[in-house]
Amino acid sequence: MDLVTRRKFLIGSGVTGALAIAAGGTAVGLHDILATAGDRDPDARTLVLVTLYGGNDGLNTVIPYADPAYAAARPHLAYPAEQVLRLDDEFALNPAMTGLHRLFGAGGLAIVHGVGYPRPDHSHFRSMDIWQTADPVRPGTTGWLGRWLDGAGGDPRLAVSFEPTLPPLLAGATSAGATVPGGQVTLAKIATPRLLETLGTPAVGESAARARAATCFADLIRIQDLMTDVAAETEDDDTAATATGGAAPPLDTQLALVAKCVEAGAATRVYSVSLGGFDLHADERTAQESQLAKLDRPLAAFIERMRGKGVVVAVYSEFGRRVRANASDGTDHGTASCMFLAGDGIRGGMHGEPPSLTNLDNGDLKHTTDFRDVYATLLADVLDADPARVLNGWPGHLKLS
Amino acid sequence: MTDRQAMSHLLRRVTFGPTAAEVDAAVRAGSAGTLAAALEPAAPAPPIDLGPDPLGALPRDASRDRRVKAREAAQAQVAELSRWWLRQLASAGGGAAEKLTFFWHGHWATSVRKVRSAGLMLRQQQTFRRYGAGDTGPFVRAMLRDPALIIWLDGQRNTAAAPNENLARELMELFTLGVGRYTENDVKAGARALTGWQVDRATATARLRPARHDTTPATLLGATRSWDADSYADLLVRHPAHAPFLAERLWVRYGCGTAASAATTARLVAAFGPGRDSTALLRALATDPEFPATAGQLVKQPVEWLIGALRQLGVDTGALAEKQQTRLLATLSALGQAPLRPPSVGGWPAGVAWLTTSSTRARLAGAQALATLAPAAVQSLAEAARPDRLDALARLLVVDAWSDRSAAALTSLATQPQRLLALGLATPEYAVH
Repeated sequence: MDLVTRRKFLIGSGVTGALAIAAGGTAVGLHDILATAGDRDPDARTLVLVTLYGGNDGLNTVIPYADPAYAAARPHLAYPAEQVLRLDDEFALNPAMTGLHRLFGAGGLAIVHGVGYPRPDHSHFRSMDIWQTADPVRPGTTGWLGRWLDGAGGDPRLAVSFEPTLPPLLAGATSAGATVPGGQVTLAKIATPRLLETLGTPAVGESAARARAATCFADLIRIQDLMTDVAAETEDDDTAATATGGAAPPLDTQLALVAKCVEAGAATRVYSVSLGGFDLHADERTAQESQLAKLDRPLAAFIERMRGKGVVVAVYSEFGRRVRANASDGTDHGTASCMFLAGDGIRGGMHGEPPSLTNLDNGDLKHTTDFRDVYATLLADVLDADPARVLNGWPGHLKLS
Repeated sequence: MTDRQAMSHLLRRVTFGPTAAEVDAAVRAGSAGTLAAALEPAAPAPPIDLGPDPLGALPRDASRDRRVKAREAAQAQVAELSRWWLRQLASAGGGAAEKLTFFWHGHWATSVRKVRSAGLMLRQQQTFRRYGAGDTGPFVRAMLRDPALIIWLDGQRNTAAAPNENLARELMELFTLGVGRYTENDVKAGARALTGWQVDRATATARLRPARHDTTPATLLGATRSWDADSYADLLVRHPAHAPFLAERLWVRYGCGTAASAATTARLVAAFGPGRDSTALLRALATDPEFPATAGQLVKQPVEWLIGALRQLGVDTGALAEKQQTRLLATLSALGQAPLRPPSVGGWPAGVAWLTTSSTRARLAGAQALATLAPAAVQSLAEAARPDRLDALARLLVVDAWSDRSAAALTSLATQPQRLLALGLATPEYAVH
């Protein structure tokens, strides 16, 4: 998918949203989500998908510290064995990941090695589209969890994101997940409920974009009285940026909102959260440690807090990095990488075959597990859905639980 | 579409938003004259002296205390540059040239959050001003030696000994050709072509260090030779994918969020021509037979919304106190589009991605604040007879017509001109044009 199609994709999902809104659909606030408590099947489980934007370096996340090829490929970037958080005799976690290391020790963290897809693409944008649509050949206009939502009845409150714009993975063909702003909402004085309601009605014959602009006013009414004790998002201007960011609130804020919804018994089955800033072509070590700490602490705490509540967390990025470091003590765009899975029913430990560091495809790791195998497992085991229907007949499955 | 509607549509898209008087003049001048005048080259931007780069002047062994102070000074310069640009956007003539400069900022999306130098961001912007309206050949050559872009995409770390692919990949994917028009081997060869460029922060320049440059012949997009930045740039702008790619990028920002038809793309590509003239492409876009039908379809980017409002409300941005200018910039941040800080190298989103509840809330708050800065505009509404106030508001904001929904909401505020103005700025008709 080129940029043109990518834009069509975003617009496509937006139009889907606008149509759904016009039909009385996706205009939801946090309190709408919370109000669904009680509708939920008590045995239903919840999937929390964590997207790491920018291409996280898997080899410095789950580190093959005992493999001499690792240190050889990365003279200044490799971690010496005495600095890493050991998982077993071969692998260790990045020193910044103390929370997940503890979790692994307690049997609560699954690591899937070498996850990727055939003919890997090195573009952030296209590879992310491939992961989000689950189609490596022709990434289309629907996301994999959007298609799940279509089959699950299409209620947007079933699939929720706390990011500012709808991630493509939640756009279905006939429905779309909801984007719910978190935190305290103070409205301008002119915005009386009556005015918002009047403005919140799409007009006959107006464009889909204008109709969407109108429905946003209706959404505002619904979120006006939502809970106010979740910390308002803050933009820290001092944080170093990388060229592939992500514009979401901090991960801990997003996960706090998810926890609140889960604990309130909301009917939502899928939450999408994200963290950007992993595109580290230069001086990677310190920067990646800082990013991984932003992942590790909130995620480990969240998994602890959600224990026994039927929640499963999955963490992925659009690709890993080259095996060999570049001259800037960073790494360029690569291919296969590790995924993390954790939560109720997930058997901790190592899964899948670690890719060879010497038998490479043009300097890149060869994937050993197709990402659709992991999706299939999550669809079947967590969302009680038929993976083949969502994944275009994909037959694979990863045994995890 | 009446003449007035056609002129309004043209100027809404080509500039940051025309005033009612500018539309009056355009109706008199006709579309050809109006477009020609709008696309006139810009007067040079007023100079801004930021002073030396505080981080560039820092010796290697500087104390921690000095480093902290230098960082603070660098941030103060960025704030100063942001205010300067805000004033420039709001004040510069018809705004078409400034709008194109802003387009290129989103296209070669570089963020000061990594560059950390107001001076280098300004220098990049001057390159947009100097080359952005003409031939993309010299433009791409100039960008490949732009210090801010080189820092942003790790170009200064790209050496013959071990190349760094970041800049070469984004150069082809996002800046000149589009994804899928090149192979992974082209990325590797492209990175080699760009090896050896070093940025000197103290002098705000980039120069080629021959010892770090790789002159080994390589095959790049089918051609084999020894490459450098200029020959690579020339190869890219002569590539058949370059013109359609740029046509599509401009269409999405000036025309409509939906892809242009093949016929429109062909016309834009023909206008771009062998001289690779960006202004000719823009002119062809604004006169394309499919352009009128895009009215009412394009979601304003936050910067377009704010700058258009400042112009139409007659706010003298240069006369505002520094604090008020900072507040306007904070409104842009709340809306998700802080100048100098695009979210990623892919630039800002387009289309309905801007329409969220949080942006609607920020638009309402920003509209309310804007109305307090525009006593003359409020007075002009107050002077209209009450039944005529919605028409006066539509004229002021260059909105063709209010829907029944918006008319009902606005009518309820007709006795309160300042609130009426604020709500007008927040309406779907004003946000999507």
